[in-house]
Amino acid sequence: MSELVSAKDKHIVLPDGSIEKQTTTLNLGPTHPATHGVFQNILEMDGERVVSAKQTIGYIHRAYEKLSERRPLYQITPLTDRMNYCSSPINNMGWETTCEKLLKIKTPKRVDYLRVIIMELARIADHLICNSVVGVDAGAFTGFLYVMQYRELIYEIYESICGSRLTTNIGRIGGFERNFPNVAFEKLEKFLDEYPKALNELNSLLMRSRIFMERTIGAGPISAERALNYGFTGPNLRAAGVDYDVRVHSPYCSYEDFDFSVPVGTTGDCYDRYLVRDQEMWQSLSIIKQAYQKVQEFKGTEAEVYHADVPEYYLPKKEDVYTKMEALIWHFKIIMGEIEMPVGEVYHSVEGGNGELGFYLISDGGRTPYRLHYRRPCFIYYQAYEELVKGAMLSDAVIVMSSLNLIAGEMDS
Amino acid sequence: MALTNERIKEKLIEKFGEQVSNFEAPYGMLTFEVPKEMNLKVMQFLYDDEELKFQFLTTLCAVHYPDDKGRELAMVYHLHNLTDNIRIRFKAYLDINKPDIFTATKLYEAANWLERETYDFFGVNFIGHPNLVRILNVDEMDYFPLRKEYPLEDQTRKDKDDEMFGRGGSLGYGTVKASDDTTIAESEKDNVGDKLI
Repeated sequence: MSELVSAKDKHIVLPDGSIEKQTTTLNLGPTHPATHGVFQNILEMDGERVVSAKQTIGYIHRAYEKLSERRPLYQITPLTDRMNYCSSPINNMGWETTCEKLLKIKTPKRVDYLRVIIMELARIADHLICNSVVGVDAGAFTGFLYVMQYRELIYEIYESICGSRLTTNIGRIGGFERNFPNVAFEKLEKFLDEYPKALNELNSLLMRSRIFMERTIGAGPISAERALNYGFTGPNLRAAGVDYDVRVHSPYCSYEDFDFSVPVGTTGDCYDRYLVRDQEMWQSLSIIKQAYQKVQEFKGTEAEVYHADVPEYYLPKKEDVYTKMEALIWHFKIIMGEIEMPVGEVYHSVEGGNGELGFYLISDGGRTPYRLHYRRPCFIYYQAYEELVKGAMLSDAVIVMSSLNLIAGEMDS
Repeated sequence: MALTNERIKEKLIEKFGEQVSNFEAPYGMLTFEVPKEMNLKVMQFLYDDEELKFQFLTTLCAVHYPDDKGRELAMVYHLHNLTDNIRIRFKAYLDINKPDIFTATKLYEAANWLERETYDFFGVNFIGHPNLVRILNVDEMDYFPLRKEYPLEDQTRKDKDDEMFGRGGSLGYGTVKASDDTTIAESEKDNVGDKLI
């Protein structure tokens, strides 16, 4: 209660023994429209102020770490989809690059650039939903519905490449299962052309809106030291002023070939998180443009490359399996688990929508990982929630939750 | 001068002598082993030292090696020095009958839930942890599911018999409660042996 003294001083002072001094327990969740996912918060409330918050998670725990111990590498990709389902291609490619690191596969540049395009599209989709949902929780529903059509366009691009939209299972170890069709590039051009206008419109609705600013500025702030201590990564850490970005610190998929900046905030509150995500979307757009240009520069046979030449791990084309002996042998070996797996342990991480998404893979030479641990950024930074909302109003507690971009699938693995 | 793996190794040996051992660098990440009583001391040194500054806990997890008697559980810590951008990993091996280790929550708040998760799935007992209860599984659960003796699928099913996909098949591993006296790994092994004979 001592934390509340300063807050209370500003309000009505109740006499000792007043019945109104008692606190109330409030269950926020597990299924509540304001929680954006299946997780529960048991808030201890003093009037409208939060005294303490106890988070309960695990409602959609699906034992991915256990499941991964019984699956060959290529069958783990669809599990990763279901972690951060707002940006599943990043998870997929994070896992594929982990495997490639273990297997020492070098992917061709064109594959890297195509992956960068898809991952940055996924980042935009992720941040777009998060930012517009912060708007919803501040009372502006329109923006959320308006930008949905651009997420839809991103999903159509995924669909033209891999056939699915939300849980994408995009790509394979070594590259993609097929080359990008022309329609994917047409849609990408349409997106690059139309999306900046829509993003500007969303920003003109929220960024300088007095209501939105008053709701978010100073809500759920965190200092850089506390954020680092709590293991924050991604936009939430950068909003607190630390310029840590996995794409810059340990580049994967040729991110070192691109020119982009890492936006940072200062106070780590909801408004800074909003601004950082917004600036990251502009950076992502710039990266996509650069990558698309690099992809167009490939000529001749190079322009047809969409996977690394690794027959041991990359399934051959189906028509080749029916007509060519060698392809049939490789197909059989991969499916039946006859491939020699290297023994070793590897940690690899990518910059996911929420921060550093890491994979710690131990291989004992068997067909499945001996152990696979996922570092899920959401799970780690959600611990700080109580500290962020202590002493705040109930409505702030809701907006802090959405601006942290908590994804239940990622948290519960 | 940027920090290198060699320099970290040098500093650690200078401070702890032979207690830190098994240095290697798989895929470029410096990996070493510390005795289980030393985990917090080593972490504190890595955190406080002005040159090392490993002040960011990337992740921690456990691994179960049932065949390695007396050191069945490995705690694996991944630390990151954000200033010099270098990562390290260190391990501490525990006896599954007495899986006690010091908590890292005093140094890193991030360790709180990660340790609860590790307790939840492996039963590692973190000494000094403020709230060591299950986090992802139900509170009533009385075993630690990520240990190797628990097969993936429901063993009462007779319609699936596929050794290759880890379904146990005809061997039919049962679930033994963690409260049993003998270690789970050993009692499971006996069961399997009986049935094979």
